[in-house]
Amino acid sequence: MTERGRKALLLAPAGIWLLVMLALPLLVVFVFSFGERGAAGGYVPAFTLEQYANLPARWTAFKNTLILAPLGTIAALVIAYPLAYFLAVRCSPKWRTSLLILVIVPFWTSILIRSYAWIFILGGRGLPALLESIGIDDIRLINTPLAVLVGIVYGYLPLMVFPIFVSLDKLDKRLLEASADLGSTPWRTFRQVTLPLSVPGIATGCMLVFILLMGEFLIPAILGGGKVFFVGNALVDLFLQSRNWAYGSAVAMTLVVVMLVTVSIYMKFISRLGGQREDVSLM
Amino acid sequence: MTNDNGTISKQKFMEELRRYQKGSVTRRHFLGVTGLGMATAVLGTAMPGLRPRPAFAAGDVGDRVILATWPNYHDEMNFEAFTEATGAHVQVNVFGSNEEMLAKLQAGGSGWDVFVPTNYTITTYVGEDLIIPLDTSKLPNYDAGSFEQRFSDAGSVGGQLYAVPKNWGTTGFAVNTSKLDGAPTPTTWKEFWDLTMAGYSGRTMVHDYQLTTIGNALKYFGYSFNSVDEKELADAEKLLLDAKPHLFAISSDYQPPMRNGDAWMTMCWTGDGKQMNVDMPEIAYVLGAEGGELWSDYYAIPKGAPHLDAAYALIDFLLNPEVNAKEVLAHGYPSADARTNALLPKELLEDPILYPAADLLNALEFGAAATLTDPNRAELLARFKSA
Repeated sequence: MTERGRKALLLAPAGIWLLVMLALPLLVVFVFSFGERGAAGGYVPAFTLEQYANLPARWTAFKNTLILAPLGTIAALVIAYPLAYFLAVRCSPKWRTSLLILVIVPFWTSILIRSYAWIFILGGRGLPALLESIGIDDIRLINTPLAVLVGIVYGYLPLMVFPIFVSLDKLDKRLLEASADLGSTPWRTFRQVTLPLSVPGIATGCMLVFILLMGEFLIPAILGGGKVFFVGNALVDLFLQSRNWAYGSAVAMTLVVVMLVTVSIYMKFISRLGGQREDVSLM
Repeated sequence: MTNDNGTISKQKFMEELRRYQKGSVTRRHFLGVTGLGMATAVLGTAMPGLRPRPAFAAGDVGDRVILATWPNYHDEMNFEAFTEATGAHVQVNVFGSNEEMLAKLQAGGSGWDVFVPTNYTITTYVGEDLIIPLDTSKLPNYDAGSFEQRFSDAGSVGGQLYAVPKNWGTTGFAVNTSKLDGAPTPTTWKEFWDLTMAGYSGRTMVHDYQLTTIGNALKYFGYSFNSVDEKELADAEKLLLDAKPHLFAISSDYQPPMRNGDAWMTMCWTGDGKQMNVDMPEIAYVLGAEGGELWSDYYAIPKGAPHLDAAYALIDFLLNPEVNAKEVLAHGYPSADARTNALLPKELLEDPILYPAADLLNALEFGAAATLTDPNRAELLARFKSA
């Protein structure tokens, strides 16, 4: 078999998979987005831009998503980094495996059930009752954007911890010693050596969490009480309640475009940071 | 009802029912203290139709039947009995709205054998060719004459039977009266919305589907529950948007927050109102004086049901008055079947939540097919939710 033929054969499974599971469905959504809603719901072929013209009616959903997804990503990063740092650098190897398993354990239970648990923690008889006992009255947590944010960070934390842990774990400890030998304070070593070298982990973690959050619908539905609406919730509603497939497709296409744009801007930003990292390792 | 055990009070009956449901007393004890066992035994011999039917030979109808239904709407033990009699295991899918069921069936490949559509959806299902005409020869327990007509006539379209009645009920609201500070219990939808935007701010829930949430907002202005008039819908939308910041949640799963005190008032169906009122008497079930929804649920078979024989067998089993009476006792939704009601205790049949006073009942409207499929109403609710 020729080199070319072998390459084609190796790529075939993934290629067919992507074609059937990604390209074709995306094409269907694209075509549907120019159609109309059927009399009893569903889709009727047509060519109209009406669905796209209606997009402003879902502005709040896009706004909520575009605020809470980056905010959730940053909050997860701020919490995950020290944890990953501790696990990779400070923790004794004896404990590391057990602690890593503890990070994974929540994945053994469905996110649905874990999110439900937060209803009770954030509900009137949970944290607010506790706060009331120390004199902070009338705090409402459940069904607020804050509750959704807490749920998001909780749900996606492990996805942030692991990539950062891996990049810190691989970090050559001799670089840290060299930095100290050259007279850097620990803070300066962290800022100029450790942090730049962990950028790939941070970039991967942020990307994983951000992309998943852009399509999130479960956590806002459960902890937002139907009041904190993501684009994902708007889509579920359009397909499963109002049965407007055409409009739903237009919203979905728009979400895809918004994601492509934000992710490519993000990639640009990261590759610039990555360039700086190269400089550091050359030193 | 008088028998050797004396009369049982309504409250005592519901207590016994809960004990039975929770498994703390045996079926025998339950039937004994409530007098139901006696009633069933007497009626069973008096009416030949109630005598046990020959059981299916196990395996005749296949090993499973898939049922799509609403939450808290069946007696699990009846399903077990069905499995015992036929060998078919009942797999239950629970849904939150008719819109969702319709969407699943329109998308195709639902895999359901039996589902529970509400009155106003059936003409749409027939029009979209999504359900099959029922063969009454396979439903010997179905006796058209024993059903109250207004709760059974939506099952026939163009003279052809497509669905048989399950239960009926009302959509009102449940209110926790202990938070009213001595003010009288609200009795109208106007008060429901006004209270939401005042004293109960942040404590009210509305349903997560358009029919009742928009319908009950229309009632604020005295419009028809089913209105599809543009101007009237615009008024309702304005009210909904004004009320939204004051809502606790938009969700049809209202029992947990009502019970733990996070929510104080919610749109509510008969049986859920009854269930909450029994456990927490301070939660009252109110039918808005302006009107609101009266509904009736049915059993129907989707086209392409994978286990057709089992589907007929399950519907027929659940239509058996003796089985049906147990269903009613478990979920607290009234039945339109006179044969079933004959087996129910008088206390239940006189319960004001299940059987509202005539003047309240007469103000109610059945949801209309046009209301379900109206694109403007669907989009209005979606706008309200994503606002």
